[in-house]
Amino acid sequence: MVREAALTEEVKTKLETITGADLLMDALERENVEVVFGYPGGAVLPIYDKIYDAKFLHVLPRHEQGGIHAAEGYARISGKPGVVIATSGPGATNIVTGLADAMMDSLPIVAFTGQVATSVIGSDAFQEADILGITTPITKYNFQIRQLEDIPRVIKEAFYIAKTGRPGPVLIDIPKDIASTITERPEEVEMELPGYQPTLKPNRLQIRKLSDAIGAAQKPVILAGAGILHSKGANELLQYVEKTKIPVVHTLLGLGGFPSDHPLFIGMAGMHGCYTANMALSQCDLLINIGARFDDRLTGNLEHFAPNAKVAHIDIDPAEIGKNVPTVIPVVADAKAALLALLQEECNEPAHSEWMETLKQWSVAHPFHYDKASPKLKPQRVMELLYENTKGEAIVTTDVGQHQMWAAQYYRFKHADRWVTSGGLGTMGFGLPSSIGAQIADPDSCVLAIVGDAGFQMSTQELAVIQEMNLPIKIAIFNNQSLGMVRQWQEFFYESRFSHSKIPVQPDFVKLAEAYDIKGYTITTEEEAERVLAEVLHTREPVLLDFRVDADENVFPMIAPGKGIHEMVGVKE
Amino acid sequence: MKRIISLLVLNKPGVLNRITNLFSKRNYNIESISVGLSEQEGMSRITCVIYVESDQQSEQITKQLNKQIDILKVTDITNQAVVARELALIKVQSNPHSRNEIYSLIEPFRASVIDVSKDSLVIQITGESEKIEAFLELIKPYGIKEIARTGTTAFPRGTQRQSQQKHNFSIV
Repeated sequence: MVREAALTEEVKTKLETITGADLLMDALERENVEVVFGYPGGAVLPIYDKIYDAKFLHVLPRHEQGGIHAAEGYARISGKPGVVIATSGPGATNIVTGLADAMMDSLPIVAFTGQVATSVIGSDAFQEADILGITTPITKYNFQIRQLEDIPRVIKEAFYIAKTGRPGPVLIDIPKDIASTITERPEEVEMELPGYQPTLKPNRLQIRKLSDAIGAAQKPVILAGAGILHSKGANELLQYVEKTKIPVVHTLLGLGGFPSDHPLFIGMAGMHGCYTANMALSQCDLLINIGARFDDRLTGNLEHFAPNAKVAHIDIDPAEIGKNVPTVIPVVADAKAALLALLQEECNEPAHSEWMETLKQWSVAHPFHYDKASPKLKPQRVMELLYENTKGEAIVTTDVGQHQMWAAQYYRFKHADRWVTSGGLGTMGFGLPSSIGAQIADPDSCVLAIVGDAGFQMSTQELAVIQEMNLPIKIAIFNNQSLGMVRQWQEFFYESRFSHSKIPVQPDFVKLAEAYDIKGYTITTEEEAERVLAEVLHTREPVLLDFRVDADENVFPMIAPGKGIHEMVGVKE
Repeated sequence: MKRIISLLVLNKPGVLNRITNLFSKRNYNIESISVGLSEQEGMSRITCVIYVESDQQSEQITKQLNKQIDILKVTDITNQAVVARELALIKVQSNPHSRNEIYSLIEPFRASVIDVSKDSLVIQITGESEKIEAFLELIKPYGIKEIARTGTTAFPRGTQRQSQQKHNFSIV
């Protein structure tokens, strides 16, 4: 009897043939992957044969770059790693921009690329590219599977690296022969990462120092970056701000980390930030940076940045501390963990009533402004309407340029994780595909893909995915028939010599939408905008809105390159 | 300003590429880099000699290296008492007349001749970089045909002195 049982067991094992691709599927299941953005091709055929039966949702973008941007949108909204599959060679090189983008903005991505068979690696085989060499500087880490039995461990490590510490993209290159080789199912998988131990808990002494500095400050300000969002620490930030009454400035990527309708919220700082936020950074005596990296678009000329401030910097990445701005109180920690520690520490409220009064006066005197009397459709007005019609609750994704800045200025986010934008790399063509991932991560929310007419044309093909999956995304094209930000810089710094920044010849975007069976509207006046938005924003189907906005409008305020953060032009007087 | 950074790294394919990539990405200036196995199995020791403009920059380099997943330990040993050595092979023109003279130069430097041919000598010399520079300067008039240098490899001495002297290693 016992012998019989053993025999059946043996037969079973023999019948169950497992390949490298199966190990991959197992690992994805173990990581609870719900959705994969992938594009098949020769080198990933063994993997796609398994995906045919997979339980997770597979989204087929119409270009690999769209796939990885969608994965970025998914990661930003869900907080989980976005998973991408691309084939070898051109498939792999097409995701390079997305990897660089995710690296700059610290988004967790796990990308699988196919590779030619191990026997021909290095021979310039068909669709071969040295994707490890190409992506080493733009990934947090990358692997090439060289032994079949490494697959489970490598995938476990990849997910762990992508989502812990400072998140980032991880790439796994899988040669075709390894994906199709037959093997046995392994037992427990252990990670081997002796050189990777991110610091999460803050040093108590530094927290104490920071608390003391707050008690002694008269002009304190908190600069809150995307670290707040990555660490899921928005609630802790709110609690801490209410305890200490320190005003908050956001970076571009941090928007939503602190509710913008809160009285202690000053606004976004930086090249196109608001007057009060930039002046607050410029004149403060204590600057507490939580999870921001002092990017050059935020600081302006470093010589003039916060000259009188004692700088405290909380960051999970020690290399960011002191990289651009000399820091007196460095705190290496996860933003949420640091805020929790700060909340436990006793701390006197700073004596800053005068400072608060100054900030309030600035806010009243110098808000964002545009010509409201103009007969033209002003992009800022459209942004206000989008905000009003969605009550500031929508998920907003953008491309890069003027519309991105207007969205950051006029869409006042109330909640965390509603804002998807390409900040560090500044990738055009990001807005539309990232909205797909965002909508998949949060199917019930209204998703606005705010794009420019130029950036939209870098990824129009993804309309097919929106149609196919009937994603109720509202695409708002801010159509000024130009590369708006480039045009603006040429106007200011190149004597209005508009070299290749005007694109008067365009497709009819409404007809283009109709070609994909998506409803489209051309909107030329404010009245039309009001009427159409009230009608379409709450529908459960995709809609494309072609807003013909004033082509000569510029983004203000603005800090010219090389200028200090206090030297803004275009401030409302 | 010159810094010597000692790294303990996992002995995996591509590690050296990651490090040189980091240097070029961040625009750091490497003078030399030497790699070899360490006393621990599966790990290598890398010694980098780099030029930096400020302390802030050398701190950045150390931090960026520390972030690398395959690097286990980063130590800036510039200000420690270290043993630092480099090996150079120098092919010098020589004829029966000059040979003796060259030999007399070699002796005080404790260098050695490892190959002799009709019209040239190959000299092997080890020591800190400055010593090799000094020797090259002396030997130059005889006509140097080829030089191959390994770059500095180094680690801290067993005993660290209290006071930091600038040159706390011997010439040999």
